[in-house]
Amino acid sequence: MSVRDLLSPFAAWKNLFRDPVTIIDPLNDRPGAPRYRGFHQNDMDKCIGCGTCETICQNGAIDMLPVDGIETKQGDSGLRPRIDYGRCCWCALCVDVCMTKSLTMSNAYTWVESDPDAFRFTPGVDKKHWDNAELGYHRPEEHQLMAKVRLPMGEMEPETRIESFAEIVNGYTIEQARLEADRCVSCGLCVATCPAHMSVPDYIAAVRDGDYERGLKLLYETNPFSGICGSVCTHKCETTCAARHDGDPIAIRWLKRHIMDQVTFEQCRDIVGGPRPATGKKVAIIGAGPAGLTAAFDLAKLGHSVTVYEAFDKPGGMTRWGIPEYRLPYARIDQDIDVIRSVGVDIRCNVRIGKDILLDELHNSYDAVLLALGLQLGRATRIPGSEHENVRKAVDLLRQATAFEDFGPPRQAVVIGGGNVAMDIARTIARLQKKEFGRVQVTLTALEDLAHFLADPDEVKEAGEEGVVILDSRGPRQVVIENGQVTGLKTWHVKAIFDEQGRFAPSYDETDEQMHAGSMVIEAIGQMTDVSILGDTLTEKLTWNRGRLQVDAGGRTSEPWLWASGDMVRGPDVVSAVADGHRVAQSIHEMIAETEQPK
Amino acid sequence: MTQNAPFFTPDRSQYPAKKADGTLDIDIASGKYLKLWQGPNHPGITGNMSVELTVCGDEVVEGKTHVGYLHRGFEKLMERRTFIQCFPIVCRICVPEPDFNEYCYAAAVEELAGIKSPERADWIRALILEMGRINSYMMYLGGQAGALGLGVIGQWTTYARDLMLDRFEELTGARIYHMFIMPGGVRDGLPEGFDKRMEETLREVESTLKDVYDVMFCNAVFKKRTVGVGYIDPALVDSYGITGPNARAAGVAKDVRKDQPYLIYSQLDFEPVLGQDSDIFTRADVRRRDVLVSVDLVRQILAKMPRTGPLMATVPNVLHWKIPRGETYIRGECSRGEYGYYLVTDGSGYPRRVNVRGPSYTHAVSLLERMIVNLNISDVASLMVSLHTYPPEIER
Repeated sequence: MSVRDLLSPFAAWKNLFRDPVTIIDPLNDRPGAPRYRGFHQNDMDKCIGCGTCETICQNGAIDMLPVDGIETKQGDSGLRPRIDYGRCCWCALCVDVCMTKSLTMSNAYTWVESDPDAFRFTPGVDKKHWDNAELGYHRPEEHQLMAKVRLPMGEMEPETRIESFAEIVNGYTIEQARLEADRCVSCGLCVATCPAHMSVPDYIAAVRDGDYERGLKLLYETNPFSGICGSVCTHKCETTCAARHDGDPIAIRWLKRHIMDQVTFEQCRDIVGGPRPATGKKVAIIGAGPAGLTAAFDLAKLGHSVTVYEAFDKPGGMTRWGIPEYRLPYARIDQDIDVIRSVGVDIRCNVRIGKDILLDELHNSYDAVLLALGLQLGRATRIPGSEHENVRKAVDLLRQATAFEDFGPPRQAVVIGGGNVAMDIARTIARLQKKEFGRVQVTLTALEDLAHFLADPDEVKEAGEEGVVILDSRGPRQVVIENGQVTGLKTWHVKAIFDEQGRFAPSYDETDEQMHAGSMVIEAIGQMTDVSILGDTLTEKLTWNRGRLQVDAGGRTSEPWLWASGDMVRGPDVVSAVADGHRVAQSIHEMIAETEQPK
Repeated sequence: MTQNAPFFTPDRSQYPAKKADGTLDIDIASGKYLKLWQGPNHPGITGNMSVELTVCGDEVVEGKTHVGYLHRGFEKLMERRTFIQCFPIVCRICVPEPDFNEYCYAAAVEELAGIKSPERADWIRALILEMGRINSYMMYLGGQAGALGLGVIGQWTTYARDLMLDRFEELTGARIYHMFIMPGGVRDGLPEGFDKRMEETLREVESTLKDVYDVMFCNAVFKKRTVGVGYIDPALVDSYGITGPNARAAGVAKDVRKDQPYLIYSQLDFEPVLGQDSDIFTRADVRRRDVLVSVDLVRQILAKMPRTGPLMATVPNVLHWKIPRGETYIRGECSRGEYGYYLVTDGSGYPRRVNVRGPSYTHAVSLLERMIVNLNISDVASLMVSLHTYPPEIER
């Protein structure tokens, strides 16, 4: 101890001559830092109510609730996060995992209120003074807590795949599937979008866990055509996937396929569980496509005796006769149908109703009859020259290709249409040309411009890679016939497809005329149902709506014994047909159960 | 124990007598002893704990540390939360210096999940840890002085600490619970102009420390109350698990940053601060000098750190992050000594066990209970603060 120790403490007095460091008016003079994690903001234009914020909140401070004025729609649950500031700890994990970046935090940190309940609020809906604050915590661009990019699906090179009808895509490996499945946030928006309401997040979780048995069980709960859907589903689920707002949507279809790749036929059969005790009721189904067979599967599982009549020599409907093998190998169709057979569904092929058996006979010997005819007839353009025998319908050619019939593939072909069927036939013809002539000469003309093609973007891309020349905004005018032979197609440039009222009425620029050379012109502009089997009397009796059979919500026609489902009433795609099959089976079963009841 | 303390002679520690089993023979009914609770609400206590004193006159004959005022149970909470959900919880285990929890937890998760945090993130982590250390010491200095009635020191150090909180706010988005060091990396890089503002803050810290030195360390009263009081025998350091400044003030050079360098400490130039006398004054002085080391380290980090590069490693989807079976212990040198996280995972999406090794556990329970005997009641607060304890580390 020294004299210094006695005097030095008095140095504190020098603060008398210093300015105070206290901020006089902190509410105004002290804004939060630019990345301050203050009160929440939610951009209602971006929020899709996926609930990821609610899932990650470790305090349970966030509840997803319906909000007045916000409707549930495709890709939007209609719910919005309500935050309880009595529980929130401002960790901002909700902001970090927000799939649309709609949830952010302002730099506001003062909020005075006498009502404690006011501190439980819905950002973006309940207006607050910080709603328009620009500063505050927003998820930094590189700060990613989940992968944005989809695992690429391995597929054959264009040069190799054009050589044969072998399947193009390889399917994911277990490791790839696990990584892709890991990206899913289990929001369930896809479940609402899927026509069959498949439990997508759950089976993706099964892929993550490597539990394929569980995954398979989940698939069969909603879709007996999972093998087929895994390859060719139109995957509407992926268009509403929350992940697409900031990155690629989850490859839901490929993950479904992955489950089917990992299991054996025996496992599928065991999960479905064999024939059920018979109820003694009989149902006839006409058409062994996805709708008819799904209904057959459901009804057979309920114990009803189901007979399916199929006009062609193999079941599968359009999945077999319309989809080329390089997209959907026939073995996969056979496996799905064999599983359906294993519950006791009797499929009788080569039986054409109206010719081999009359519809009336079915009416008399069965408790219910279901029409699942599909869309087997191609629509015609009816342009001059289209009556020529070398102007063909895409569906007919695809069917012939499947049956390995030689329809004489043209050296040069022109396809009219921009949908998936147009792509299918163009690519099928391309393969046949490659085999026969060693080169591809297919021109595809579509009404739509490239941005609005009805076909899957992947299909368009792959067709282009395989040598198909794709011309957009071309309207067919005339099939040119010289010396009795088709020599090509004349088209005009399309100015607009729809008129001001939104009706289909294409307008053309007649000065922009092109000639596309080809010895065959193929129409792929849509399909319709062959309803000739109904016969005149029944056709007269039934109620129709714009050329389609009118059915109620359960698929029942105006005749109480007759139901209709699948592409002929709605669609066209496999998963919609499956969903319709379920609906109609439920309706038929309810009718049967009603008649069982003692009067 | 009090051999270096001239004001504590004669040694009265022989009463009360010991019973055959070694415990003290204290008969409260005799009127000779008095039970005195220091805490939990008491200016001389370091937060949510209390010390049950048995006194004879004004001398402590026995002291018992009591916890149980923090009804939270962090370790148990974490067993019911996913790995990412634990991240906002851990910082709450130590309010004045939360970042060690974030770092140790993140590093433990990263190790078991087989993830390597990017180099740039490691530098920012070290920066945050040193900033937190300065803050923790600033709070300590105020507390140590306050325990002896020197209230003005706390006001000054709080000011300097507040400036550092401003830097935390602009870097991490929060002042106290930063929640910035995530498993995988850190949330963001340094904001624009951060270096300049940090330099201003460091100067302010240094200037405050100079004032603190004049008024607190060159102060006859402070010295009279602290020199020779609360002696820790260097021989006890290992057997009692004493770490950090408490050990270094006894001349034992223990510093995890040096002994087992983590993050980027092997690339920094510094020496652990040592003391000799191992009393309250020395411990305070070691901490004061340690602030200066940290100030220097912050400058070194800012000068050497990479300014570009990734800040987060690729982590699995945090919503269903599962970590394979494993266990690990991650340690770091916090302002109170060795901070450690023992993490056990069982392949599920939840930690099987998280055990937090806070240095206060050994310092404020076994060590304090030993040192408190024979102390004057008025020195209890000063001793306790000098061990620099944060009760949530004891009661996790």
